[in-house]
Amino acid sequence: MTIAIKFFASLRETVGQAENSLNSSSIMTVDDAWREATNSMDMPANMLIAVNMEYVERGARVKDGDEVAFFPPVTGG
Amino acid sequence: MHIEILTDVFQPWQWLEQYESARRDVMAGQFGATSVFIGTMRDFNEGDDVSVMHLEHYPGMTEKYLQKIAEEAEERWDIQDSVILHRVGDVRPADAIVLVAVWSAHRADAFDASRYLMEELKSRAPFWKKESLLEGDERWVEKNTPDPGAERLIGTNK
Repeated sequence: MTIAIKFFASLRETVGQAENSLNSSSIMTVDDAWREATNSMDMPANMLIAVNMEYVERGARVKDGDEVAFFPPVTGG
Repeated sequence: MHIEILTDVFQPWQWLEQYESARRDVMAGQFGATSVFIGTMRDFNEGDDVSVMHLEHYPGMTEKYLQKIAEEAEERWDIQDSVILHRVGDVRPADAIVLVAVWSAHRADAFDASRYLMEELKSRAPFWKKESLLEGDERWVEKNTPDPGAERLIGTNK
């Protein structure tokens, strides 16, 4: 299965990549996707996660074709 | 309802004037209150001089959440129309960053709905700011601080 990964803002700089595409049958949750994409970096405590542009919690499940985004607290306005 | 992400400098008062004028036929006589909030870039933050702010967003998700927030406000308050404009790209001191406007029959709905839109935008819409300081350093703005006065309005949706 294929999962599209995106990183934004300071997290993109920390992780050193803006996007990635994962092909792995062992990815079940956003935590798995994070580990696979970042080579098991520690997750920042305040990080936000979206699947298909909707906020989710850490253990959320992912499926083939999903877009998973990781980013720091938002600072618009 | 009008939601827009802008990549260039905009003049919020001119924009509003044109918007109201274009909608005069449907809007005139319907509203008795207009609440407008404009967020403008400062040339200082946390004790440092800031020369440029680089505003990044998550295209697609940003529009989706602004739309969601505006729909929540329409369900909760009796409002005729709402507008959210937000800049991305390089913003300079005195440039407008965000415009929120709400039209309603009475002031309470206009005040509360516009405050709700701003608070929810600041806590849920995926925008990020990076500051370039006058002396040359760059730094990310780490978080938005909630407005304590808006507590009664927020936190009911995600």
